[in-house]
Amino acid sequence: MALRQCAIYGKGGIGKSTTTQNLVAAMAEAGQRIMIVGCDPKADSTRLILHAKAQNTIMEMAAEAGSVEDLELEDVLKTGYANIQCVESGGPEPGVGCAGRGVITAINFLEEEGAYDEDVDFVFYDVLGDVVCGGFAMPIRENKAQEIYIVVSGEMMAMYAANNIAKGIVKYANSGSVRLAGLICNSRNTDREDDLIIALAEKLGTQMIHFVPRDNVVQRAEIRRMTVIEYDPKAKQADEYRELAKKIIENKKFVIPTPITMDELEELLMEFGILDEEDESIIGKAAEA
Amino acid sequence: MSQHVDNIKPCYPLFRDDDYKKSLENKRAMAEECHSDEKVKETFEWTTSSEYQELNFQRTALTINPAKACQPLGSVLCSLGFEGTLPYVHGSQGCVAYFRSYFNRHFKEPIACVSDSMTEDAAVFGGQKNMYDGLKNAKALYKPKMIAVSTTCMAEVIGDDLNAFIGNAKKEGHIEEDFPVPFAHTPSFVGSHTTGWDNMFEGTLRYFTVNKMEDKEVGKNGKINLVPGFETYLGNYRVMHRMMKEMDVDYSMLNDPSEVLDTPADGSYRMYSGGTTIEELEDAPNAIDTLLLQPWQSIKTRKYVKGTLKQPASNIAIPMGLEGTDEFLMKVSELTGKPISESLEKERGRLLDMMTDSHAWLHGKRFALYGDADYVMGMTKFLLELGAEPTDVLCSHANKRWRKAMDAMLAESPYGKNTVVHTSKDLWHMRSLVFTNKPDFLIGNSYGKFIQRDTLAKGKEFEVPLIRIGFPIFDRHHLHRMTTLGYEGAMYILTTLVNSVLERLDEETREMGVTDYSYDLVR
Repeated sequence: MALRQCAIYGKGGIGKSTTTQNLVAAMAEAGQRIMIVGCDPKADSTRLILHAKAQNTIMEMAAEAGSVEDLELEDVLKTGYANIQCVESGGPEPGVGCAGRGVITAINFLEEEGAYDEDVDFVFYDVLGDVVCGGFAMPIRENKAQEIYIVVSGEMMAMYAANNIAKGIVKYANSGSVRLAGLICNSRNTDREDDLIIALAEKLGTQMIHFVPRDNVVQRAEIRRMTVIEYDPKAKQADEYRELAKKIIENKKFVIPTPITMDELEELLMEFGILDEEDESIIGKAAEA
Repeated sequence: MSQHVDNIKPCYPLFRDDDYKKSLENKRAMAEECHSDEKVKETFEWTTSSEYQELNFQRTALTINPAKACQPLGSVLCSLGFEGTLPYVHGSQGCVAYFRSYFNRHFKEPIACVSDSMTEDAAVFGGQKNMYDGLKNAKALYKPKMIAVSTTCMAEVIGDDLNAFIGNAKKEGHIEEDFPVPFAHTPSFVGSHTTGWDNMFEGTLRYFTVNKMEDKEVGKNGKINLVPGFETYLGNYRVMHRMMKEMDVDYSMLNDPSEVLDTPADGSYRMYSGGTTIEELEDAPNAIDTLLLQPWQSIKTRKYVKGTLKQPASNIAIPMGLEGTDEFLMKVSELTGKPISESLEKERGRLLDMMTDSHAWLHGKRFALYGDADYVMGMTKFLLELGAEPTDVLCSHANKRWRKAMDAMLAESPYGKNTVVHTSKDLWHMRSLVFTNKPDFLIGNSYGKFIQRDTLAKGKEFEVPLIRIGFPIFDRHHLHRMTTLGYEGAMYILTTLVNSVLERLDEETREMGVTDYSYDLVR
């Protein structure tokens, strides 16, 4: 089977890294050969697979060695649960340098070193927050990830971010082969969350590929730096991730998204009672003293 | 082929030999897949038409040969004007190679300037480590009294913080706490070389004064401060010194690279020579006033002089031409109470005499002109004073206020009635204007020579000769040592202009038996 490269985007704090790692654990359990590329300077995209925070990020090692050219693949590629290959781009401390450039450097390094030539069925890029600059769009540029999954919940800002990411995808989709492959709803237990995300997915021209319910077992596993699949394979939640894994393996619905306007998004939220009808009389008025 | 060891020819005229001509023709016919000569000629002619000009001026997404360079080029020139100072550019190495070769080609002098060579990991992690090593090494190797830091695009895009980096370098002992390291952020993608000069100058003046203002008092030292701006005519520094001395005015030239950019060949290399001292910079707030010789490019400096030094930063125009110099000297006299010296009055009289002597040849001559905002304004003014007519005046980096000031100045003179001022336009626009408005001459830097070539290609009668006044001048020697400011500078400009007119006239009238009835011995 040809290598499939997938990128996971979504609003910061939505649970991208947790979802990704539980998902790939389930996929690996099903016999898929997987690599995770963490594209976040915090370097916590592989912690549940490796049972440790990755110590050797590409950028850290490159800085130590003097330049990226002095690095070798085995310096940065680690193997974790179920033979999942893990690598983290790493990047600067907050407030200095350019994290986006770090992602570009790291991914170029992986390509040049032939990291994807190994026997791998899936590569997953776990990308920080919004597509804030060109660097964080690196995984969806030409010849890289062709399937984008957006992790979203029924909260307004998460949906707003998802729509923004869709906009980012359109830019690259028109000139390349990157496609939106679906929304993964990571439930926050808001009202009518599944219907809302299905409606949003429809507007974006895609699907809600799976609804992952909220379950504290995820947090319990995380405390032990494990995925649910490994920590408690019999848990109901593990089956949810297996279901998601199956759907992604079988996924055929890849689209150029049709992002919506802010007004349309607000309408949708109003329809589901998340946003009240705008009361124009209160705009710009301070609270009474 | 036809090179012989005892007669080695350079590419011109070698490539005009028959065998080379044949070979080039063959290459053209067999490998270049070019259009027919007729088609090329037709297209060329089209690019000289007003129809094309209209399209050219509708251009929105492309700049072709802008008459400006980038900020750090200006900051490097500024750094060279302080005593014992090593210009240090935080960012990529190639940029610094460019600044050095650019100045080197203009001044025919070695240019000392270092970079901290940021590479890929520095782009990701920020360039603080480069700054640590760079400052330490630069100081140890080149033993400057001061290191003046500016930045390239790379450092600016990732947001490196010079203040913090230099502070940290000092705190961690990479360089002594009291070693002067003034700095300025100079993103190349904002403004131009003149912005960079202003930023670096303001940064340096600020560095030496902002925390030492308590014991300062405007007028205490009785001096006038002069700020030259991005100034590449070395004679302009010298003429300022001379005029101030002749007026017996106590002054500080707050930036002066005229020594380090004009060192003698006496067997010893000088990395540093001359320049404004730190003491003079520190004493700057005690002066009566700080005069900005190129006010349109000294925006940040003016703000600092007014806001922090509390000096008036009196309004003057660039002291170029007759009236420009008059006003400048009168302002100096007014501020210091020193009368304008007899010697300068006499010099003025000589200039006026020269202007009347040449008037018959310059009156009504039409000139197109491009360059930096202040220079272009001063030059336009002088052209009007000479009775010459500026046709198109172009500045790639000036703002709307400048353009309004230009228009107001032009409206006051009968010779400026037909002048059009262009901002945010480039030399490809200028090329169109030179074809359609057919000035007698084009005044500008070396890059104008390609416009001259193109006009000649249309026909000898269309040729617009370039008069080289501006920066950079790469293809003529030693012009950078001349003077364009003061009465002396006006004399140089006048001499250059009138002799260009006469040379052109000779060129047109020396055809024997055809035009040589006007090939006069006396002009």
